[in-house]
Amino acid sequence: MPETHTKMELVCPAGNLPALKTAVDHGADAVYIGFRDDTNARHFAGLNFNEKRSREGIDYAHRRGVKVFVAINTYAQASGWERWQHSVDLAASLDADALILADIGVMDYAARRWPDLRLHLSVQASATNPEAIRFYHDNFGIRRVVVPRVLSLKQVRQVAEHSPVPLEVFGFGSLCVMVEGRCLLSSYATGQSPNTFGACSPASAVRWIDTPNGMESRLNDILIDCYRHNEPAAYPTLCKGRFNVSGNTYYAIEEPTSLNTLALLPELQAIGIAAIKIEGRQRSPAYVRRVTQVWRAALDSCQKDPAQYQPRTPWLEALQTVSEGAQTTLGAYHRPWQ
Amino acid sequence: MTEPLRISLGPVLYYWSRDDLFDFYARMADTEVDIVYLGETVCAKRRSLRSEDWIQLAEQLTAAGKEVVLSTLTLIEAGSESAAMQGLCENGRFTVEANDMGAVNLLAGRHPFTTGPSVNIYNPRTLKVLAERGLKRWVLPVELSRQTLADIQAQRPAGVETEVLVYGRLPLAYSARCFTARAHNLPKDDCQFRCLDYPDGLLLSTQENQDFLVLNGIQTQSARSCNLIAEIDDMRALGVDILRISPQSRHTERIIQAFHQRMCHHCSVEAASALLEPLMPGKSCNGYWHGAAGMDAAAGHAGLIQTT
Repeated sequence: MPETHTKMELVCPAGNLPALKTAVDHGADAVYIGFRDDTNARHFAGLNFNEKRSREGIDYAHRRGVKVFVAINTYAQASGWERWQHSVDLAASLDADALILADIGVMDYAARRWPDLRLHLSVQASATNPEAIRFYHDNFGIRRVVVPRVLSLKQVRQVAEHSPVPLEVFGFGSLCVMVEGRCLLSSYATGQSPNTFGACSPASAVRWIDTPNGMESRLNDILIDCYRHNEPAAYPTLCKGRFNVSGNTYYAIEEPTSLNTLALLPELQAIGIAAIKIEGRQRSPAYVRRVTQVWRAALDSCQKDPAQYQPRTPWLEALQTVSEGAQTTLGAYHRPWQ
Repeated sequence: MTEPLRISLGPVLYYWSRDDLFDFYARMADTEVDIVYLGETVCAKRRSLRSEDWIQLAEQLTAAGKEVVLSTLTLIEAGSESAAMQGLCENGRFTVEANDMGAVNLLAGRHPFTTGPSVNIYNPRTLKVLAERGLKRWVLPVELSRQTLADIQAQRPAGVETEVLVYGRLPLAYSARCFTARAHNLPKDDCQFRCLDYPDGLLLSTQENQDFLVLNGIQTQSARSCNLIAEIDDMRALGVDILRISPQSRHTERIIQAFHQRMCHHCSVEAASALLEPLMPGKSCNGYWHGAAGMDAAAGHAGLIQTT
């Protein structure tokens, strides 16, 4: 691998300027952001950065020695191509430290127009094996890859050993059970997907209906779940609903849980993982503060003495309070989950 | 119109027994399909056919006058899966359909190749980049619309053919988890090959019994079958070269026949639709083509009006 990392970088999410400042102030090594349109995979109302806020945010981070990555990680179609091109140009002109890209056309544009700009391969590019990573490295010079959350720890190790570039892995946050960039469930139900629109199960398609049977959550009218009174209701992300299969009603695809890999840090460090990514640009600055604090402490502790490292109870408790579904899992990293 | 439209048969997405697969392809040899895609694209644990068996089938279909393309696995995670993909890409005899960028990289600059619907070609620039590296044919990703296709066709590089999935349950997602095993409370590592019990996948419906999705091992499909038989003339006008039909366990011959008849204008849209209707495992949909939710059944043409 061209770069050797003894220290894993902590990459934190920011959906707005207060969240970015919070991440910078509480120990992020890098913060990732998106612009206010469908060029990024957290295209939610009221979220993300316009040009002015991006400039302020990048300036704030750079003055404190923290990097800013810009996610331009949805798939461009001809009718909107200018927006993707504009986002690449804007990020380059703002002196972003890296672009996080998924679309081959966008990557080709960025690599030719801004040959010195550092490119990372987004998880949305769906590169799960070294050969796929090699394509993006050889053709566009990507310098890091964010690997999908479907790989087991053993598979991550194999990919890391053979990848031409260092890996960034997800450490904490919402869990995609499907391989990212190749999941069309959302557009099948609503017409909008992460690839085309930058959102999964978009809020505009969500409806809550209080009925005698309980609280129904619907997505474009499709019943995703129904909660009895006193049962906590979750956002109707469609793969996390309860459905009928062969006469049984259950979480047929995935329970609402959060990924948490605190326990795996020494192994990830030993593999040579370059960075740990925290999911959640759509979450509040309070979430960003709590998660950044915990992971900063954990990474420092692991860095100092990996043999003695173990997740501390207060860290786990702090993360528990901000987890989706109030439970966490090692996800695919832990083979039996598969 | 320079070239006539052709019909292809996509890879079998389900897990069928060895006998069923051999029997199926023996029957397909006598149909009107021009191109047959062969291979396991969903789950590496499905081994009713070995690679030699697939090659044997490929030879038989070639002898029957079909163009044969070998399809790679879609989600490549383990080292063993990478190795199998590499073997397929270097088969030296048949063109390969890449269903993952890893396969694209193995083929780029070495062999002419095609891409399946899970390779994300969403814009003309992406198509151009891949064409420069040896792409000869691509399948439109299933969530893209007629308009997006038209925009890409307008800038399509010379020598690249365009294929559209016109019939069948839509492949929508891939996971590390196996949902069929999960439905049986089995771990993926000990799935007992339950997919063999569901030759058209396992239906998932909502709590109010609306058919929604189909579980097919690690793949999730639409419960509705995509049906674009009404759009054939439009596709021809857009310069589409190939219409892809996705196999189902029953009636595939008759589905091919309906598309062939409509393609040759031997019957009206209405008549062809009426032929297809009883052959589907559930309702039909065509929303993606019209830029809407994929499961929508847009009433673009008389005779195709669906109730939801």
